[in-house]
Amino acid sequence: MTIAITIGILVAGATYLFLQREMLRIILGFILLGHAGNLILIAAGGTDRREEPFGTPVDTSVVADPLPQAFVLTAIVIAFSITIFMLVLAVTGKDDDDTTEPHGDDDDPEFNVSTLPKGIIQPEDVTTQSLNMGLTDHGGSSRLDTTAQAAAPSAQQQGGAR
Amino acid sequence: MTAALLPFFIGIPFVSAGLLSIFGNRPALHVGLLMANLVGSMVAGFALVAHFTGSGPMAHGVALWPFGIAIPFAADMFTALMLSVTGLLSVTCAVFALYSGYATSQYLAPLLLVLVAGVNGALLTADLFNLFVFVEVMLLPSYGLFVLASRAKAPFRQIAGARLYVTINLLTSTIFLGGVGFVYGTAGTVNMGELAGLAREDNTVAIATAVVLFALSIKASVVPVHGWLARAYPSTSPAITALFSGLHTKVAIYAIYRIYAVVFDGDSRFLWVGVLLFSLTMIIGVLGAVGETTTRSILAFHMVSQIGYILLGVALFTEFGLTAGIFYLLHHMIVKASLFLSTGAIEIKYGTGTLGRVPEILKREPVIAVAFFVAALSLAGLPPFSGFVAKVSLIMASIQAQEVAAAVVMIVVSLFTVLSMIKIWSGVFWGGRTSKDQPEVEPGLPAGTNVGTLTRQQTEQLAQPTSRIGVGLAAPAVILAAVTLGLGLGAEMLMGLSQTAAAGLLDTSSYVNAVMNS
Repeated sequence: MTIAITIGILVAGATYLFLQREMLRIILGFILLGHAGNLILIAAGGTDRREEPFGTPVDTSVVADPLPQAFVLTAIVIAFSITIFMLVLAVTGKDDDDTTEPHGDDDDPEFNVSTLPKGIIQPEDVTTQSLNMGLTDHGGSSRLDTTAQAAAPSAQQQGGAR
Repeated sequence: MTAALLPFFIGIPFVSAGLLSIFGNRPALHVGLLMANLVGSMVAGFALVAHFTGSGPMAHGVALWPFGIAIPFAADMFTALMLSVTGLLSVTCAVFALYSGYATSQYLAPLLLVLVAGVNGALLTADLFNLFVFVEVMLLPSYGLFVLASRAKAPFRQIAGARLYVTINLLTSTIFLGGVGFVYGTAGTVNMGELAGLAREDNTVAIATAVVLFALSIKASVVPVHGWLARAYPSTSPAITALFSGLHTKVAIYAIYRIYAVVFDGDSRFLWVGVLLFSLTMIIGVLGAVGETTTRSILAFHMVSQIGYILLGVALFTEFGLTAGIFYLLHHMIVKASLFLSTGAIEIKYGTGTLGRVPEILKREPVIAVAFFVAALSLAGLPPFSGFVAKVSLIMASIQAQEVAAAVVMIVVSLFTVLSMIKIWSGVFWGGRTSKDQPEVEPGLPAGTNVGTLTRQQTEQLAQPTSRIGVGLAAPAVILAAVTLGLGLGAEMLMGLSQTAAAGLLDTSSYVNAVMNS
């Protein structure tokens, strides 16, 4: 029962962190979720009916099952390596907000800043956004994708909060 | 050929990858060893196919441990066909990557070799946890390739695509791992031989295995969990998109076929879920493609649609349905890679894959145009290409299984597929940039170029090369297009092989026996 509750708490925490905007928080969420996965494996070994393999004589039906432990060991190594890779990805972009990038190759060529309604996005925010995307050197008109458009107001709020 | 040779499908690429990492930057050695491995794997796959025409499945317990302790590798006709086609795709895509100039890194060859080892392992293993491990072995080099395969410093959008790709795959893998844990908890084993038919008898095992199947469906991008594919795949280099489209989602599909056949024993209680979801996948994928404006994003959405077709074979679970599904799977891997490679060659040479932004390709590149035309018609399902045979047999199989609605969906979706192919054809091959609309729209950004450092003038120059697409870039797409034509004209042979594979899925006793006696 303790394991089940722990898994529930870990998954809830992971879900909360996945819903955050920053890549780093998402990665922390994955660390929690990885732990939850490992605990599921351990629980699958029958922790409720098995005990520590101490003392003699050892009856294999009541001592801990080694196979799930081997599973967990493998899973930890894999999750660890991917976490490191994700951390590298988190610092590689110019900021670690993973929602402001353009998402494809010229998805919407006609869409540019001049067509945006003034109320949705302010000119200074546009400049910041475009700088972040490394697009300002490219011709006279900056270009934004729809994701950037959606993200812009909240980015504005965050900026205000800071 | 004995079963003891099966682990070499994984061992040899692993050792080669390690050696190449140690020896460092020697391009000739890298290319030589890489191609020797990939061609060797493909030829060995063909040899296995030839072997299984005369005999049944075989399995080998690695390191000769007794059954129950050893991890078994098993192969039957289905495995052999998949090994052959994945081998063919890795050879062609590697040639394309080497010629594209996108992958000059000394890590390309080792990463590709580990990727191939992972794919082969995932196809051969008969152990659920081992399947998880091999899928991870396949994915880890993919993350590297995703970022690596760029011309210069990776532009920002590649990071975005890589982030999406890594996070969705890690989430899926964690779900998969949880599912494997549940299977072990309920059934007490993760060995496919011992799991055979258990999900049919025991509902808790069925639920646990369903978690595994759910995770595999995300990897295969079945609606409603398809959204990542169309966004992640177009954001890497064309060669890598083609390779991933041929290998990753298809390994997941293979695993779904295998697990449903062995663990569920083709349980007819749950088939309606598949028919419903896979029909939705067909419709939503093809409708998503209508709204896209670059060749690769259109093709990526089509992949989602086609995955619906392929998986419908397992949802029917009749002999004819499985045969058609397996045939469709093999045909689709070849055709899709051909399309990605022919449009990718254009994208690399002319700097963009956006419709209407490239010069009239039909006149400049007739060979590529013909290759695309053949593959596009094959994808849409017109005779005499392999797509026609695949679609007709799948439609007939679903009518036979009294799933008339699914058959109607397939026919309607085919029409939309033709529409999208015509869109690419007119936008890229016929259409072309007119001088009138140039000042109004920005030039397409060359894929893989650091957009921050380019002026408009430079992009214009890049987008109008004086030379034509070279033999090395054109050959992979042309060869695969020729293969689809060959499979269309000589469909009888592959149909026969698919039938053997389907029979192995319908009656898994010989596969299970081979695993149990490994």
